[in-house]
Amino acid sequence: MQRVIAIFIRHIYLLRRSPHRMIGMLYWPTMELFLWGFLTLYLNRIGAAEFNFVTVLLSALIFWDFFNRSQQALSVSFLEDVWVRNVGNVLASPIRPVEYLFGLILVSIFQTIVSLSFIASLAYVFWQLNLFQFGFWLLPFFANLYITGWAMGIFATALILRLGPSTDVLAWSLPLLLQPLSAVFYPVTVLPGWLQTVAHWLPTTYIFEGMRAIIFSQEFIATDVVRAFLLNLVYISLAIFGFALSYRSVRRRGTLQRYSD
Amino acid sequence: MPQTILDVQHLSKRYRDFWAVHDVSFRLQERETVGLLGPNGAGKTTTIQMLLGLLEPSEGQITVLGKSLAAHRSTVLGQMNFAATYASLPGNLSIQENLRFFAGLYSVPDRKARIDELLERFRLTAFRRKRTGTLSSGEQTRLSLAKAFLNKPQLLLLDEPTASLDPDTAAQMRQEILSQAEQFRTAILWTSHNMFEMEKMCQRIIFLSHGQILAEGSPEELVRKFKQPNLEETFIALARQKEL
Repeated sequence: MQRVIAIFIRHIYLLRRSPHRMIGMLYWPTMELFLWGFLTLYLNRIGAAEFNFVTVLLSALIFWDFFNRSQQALSVSFLEDVWVRNVGNVLASPIRPVEYLFGLILVSIFQTIVSLSFIASLAYVFWQLNLFQFGFWLLPFFANLYITGWAMGIFATALILRLGPSTDVLAWSLPLLLQPLSAVFYPVTVLPGWLQTVAHWLPTTYIFEGMRAIIFSQEFIATDVVRAFLLNLVYISLAIFGFALSYRSVRRRGTLQRYSD
Repeated sequence: MPQTILDVQHLSKRYRDFWAVHDVSFRLQERETVGLLGPNGAGKTTTIQMLLGLLEPSEGQITVLGKSLAAHRSTVLGQMNFAATYASLPGNLSIQENLRFFAGLYSVPDRKARIDELLERFRLTAFRRKRTGTLSSGEQTRLSLAKAFLNKPQLLLLDEPTASLDPDTAAQMRQEILSQAEQFRTAILWTSHNMFEMEKMCQRIIFLSHGQILAEGSPEELVRKFKQPNLEETFIALARQKEL
């Protein structure tokens, strides 16, 4: 446990020393919130919709940012070690790869809580959107979003470890692959039939559909939670397996050296 | 009878048809300092990387205090540590933060007292809050050495630890390394291109060339055996002998 906490504490040191790291946690989501917030006000004004765009679109944005943050916090914390050539020092210590991943997950939990609290407060102050009005029903969906984010983060980390430091852009770009298919801002039925089939293999589809059902009709669809969780179990297992394969591969091929020189 | 700390048997690393290290075997006893010498590309760093678990051997066994590194990686690495010129500590953390971070990774007990002691011993107390990236190369080397002794290692791997130090600081650091090693009965595997340092610090020298052990013995034995005036001339003779 000490080794897991050491990884987390190192991250807190970095935040304390370089507050600009807060930009990723607070600045981007805030800018997105304001952009979408004003857009939803405009849509409310010109449209004659039966529902409030603010609640639907801003909630979706906040949930997506939560997923994005949980993935990026994990991958970028690994990149912090890559950028300062510290991967060799860490992996030559007694820390086990799984402990290292748990340390990164702690960082992810911390960052998402800070980021979510901040933008949920802004959404309340400026658009009177109160996420907590939906009670505890959203919690199983948030838990699932965490797991999807970690699976994606571990997968991105495994790819960067395997392919080399120059592929660090994967840490930011991978989640975008899921966004059009995950029914974040629209129902999955909007997609063409064959894309719906693909979408149903993604846990995020069930998460966002389930969250929207709570917001629209205060209906908690337990099967969405269960389906998302089962898919998450498969994907996080595959991601950890992929990380183990990458780690073994770089140790065999001697390419860990490129993270130290 | 002194305890065997490190036992390396038939260690090899092959990349396709190139042997970076081939069939290397040696042992280190407690309190023993052994120099790993050889020209550039001889396989010294590859050997050290395998001992640190950063590189998987193609063949052979590494055993530390009776435990196989392959089977008990975490336990074994907890009894070792290292300092290398190519493995500087994160420049965006202060000296104190770096030592706390690594003390956590090595599960060092009573870490505050241990860190304070090492800061004092390696003359880093005055700038403990300074960012590592702004330190001189000599100060960074001292920090690497302080980190290497954090967990009171039984086995210490030093890859050119005094390369960036001035002669006076290098002499003080050698003294400090010896003092810490004596206190914890540490075995040290030391690579350097400074032959004076090797003669002074090592009871035994292993000379590697093209991934294989070419000669082994005390510095005096090697000088005598190869009929050279000193270790530096012996190094040159051995390196050229293999080239021919």
